[in-house]
Amino acid sequence: MDSAFVIEKFILVAVIFGISLVIAMYSTYAERKVAAYLQDRLGPDRAGPFGILQPLADGLKMFMKEEIIPTSSNRFLFIAGPGLALLCACIGTAVIPWGSPVLIAGKTIPLQVSDINVGVLYIFGVVSLGVYGVMIGGWASNNKYSLLSAIRAASQNISYEIAMGLSIIALLLMTNTLSLKEIVDQQHGWRWNVLYQPLGFLIFMVCSFAETNRAPFDLPECETELIGGYHTEYSSMKLGFYLFAEYINMFVSSAVMAALYWGGYNYPGMDSMAVWLGPTWAPLFGTAVFFGKICAFIFFFMWVRWTIPRFRYDQLMNLGWKGLIPLAIANIIITGVVIAIIEKF
Amino acid sequence: MSTQVFYFVATLSIIFSLLVIFAKNPIHSVLYLILTFFTFTVHYVLLNAQFLAVVNFIVYMGAIMVLFLFVLMLLNLNKETEPSKSPLIKIVGVIAGGCLVVTLIGSLKSASITSPLILKNPGLGLVENLGKELFGPFLLPFELSSLLLLAAMVGAVLLSKRDEVEA
Repeated sequence: MDSAFVIEKFILVAVIFGISLVIAMYSTYAERKVAAYLQDRLGPDRAGPFGILQPLADGLKMFMKEEIIPTSSNRFLFIAGPGLALLCACIGTAVIPWGSPVLIAGKTIPLQVSDINVGVLYIFGVVSLGVYGVMIGGWASNNKYSLLSAIRAASQNISYEIAMGLSIIALLLMTNTLSLKEIVDQQHGWRWNVLYQPLGFLIFMVCSFAETNRAPFDLPECETELIGGYHTEYSSMKLGFYLFAEYINMFVSSAVMAALYWGGYNYPGMDSMAVWLGPTWAPLFGTAVFFGKICAFIFFFMWVRWTIPRFRYDQLMNLGWKGLIPLAIANIIITGVVIAIIEKF
Repeated sequence: MSTQVFYFVATLSIIFSLLVIFAKNPIHSVLYLILTFFTFTVHYVLLNAQFLAVVNFIVYMGAIMVLFLFVLMLLNLNKETEPSKSPLIKIVGVIAGGCLVVTLIGSLKSASITSPLILKNPGLGLVENLGKELFGPFLLPFELSSLLLLAAMVGAVLLSKRDEVEA
């Protein structure tokens, strides 16, 4: 391994890390503005012009708050919980292809940290690991509400992981690869997977909502029943970590949805753009398109949150086990039959 | 390089698996078990078996251990609820464990160090090759084992259903 390779990857990791943190930070601002717009209010407008310094003010407030660790809690796990939640949220960005290779200073640099050949499964693994932060934090708080919330989070994640995995299988039948980079490259121009797998995308999207604990699936932090859910006992930046992890999760799952189903950095007319802009700027423009799609999905997450009320717990389980899983299996069968017919003739 | 990583990770595996047994709190035991499984994932990656590595990651760390943790949290085990074991059971346990240790030592003494295993095809563990092997020469055993899993699943559902009817 030469040092240039290490430095290149290091810079890439740092940039991606920084971008995901900034996007997560401004998602909190966007969430309030979207909520305000949907409820016909103004939203935050005091810190800076249009309130754009609000996330900084929030961050400062989080740091300044008194840090309380309950005496009867499990100290180590209480601190480890939020850290684990944030870590699991961040490592998902490693395999997402952010753009086609860019030519910078005579060197072609791939805009992806690592193109492992089981990329889709890696994402799936990271998603399934994400629940540990909530579970460990909720249990270590030694609070009944937190524990109930942790248990809810665990059962919800396990239930929706199944439907999510099944919806990905139908996609993989079509793409014949597990590498995210290859899946995105196959969707060149207009051939986005959502056109061939609309049902699969719908199931995947609903499951992403459940996996990120976003409304209408935010039962782990259902304040009418559980006070604050798993982060009831948390204060200061540890609470900030949990809230932040949710926004990073939202960013990562938006990126995964955009990459798997909505063409990633592909857009119609990209070939003529590539000729026009040259090998440096065309891939960067593609990356900008990708980020545009991600932002659209993040907006969609917020739109749904402020439109649809929270599910009841039995409704959640019914939807997952009796609605989405049979649908996903039917989707696999239909996809398989259609592929078999196409290959035959 | 790879050998050193192996020894480092192997040491970690042994330490974590010992901690699984010696941890007083059952929740800590499960958490150490998760770490042990994570070191196994690293072992699979070192063996260039990426698919096995990631499946181990998803199935064991992401699903089975979440269920373990889930059940333990529901049980809420602590000192008061711990069943007290009679001394007789403890003595029987010590004897049985001792027998196992003697057998293990005996079999290890007769074993000799084998030469390191070299894969004929280093890419065997990659998804594509593994899939071709599983759905080619090993199709029948593969499908039979999936049938077995399905039967177990249906059985579990049936067992949980029967109580409902009787009650």
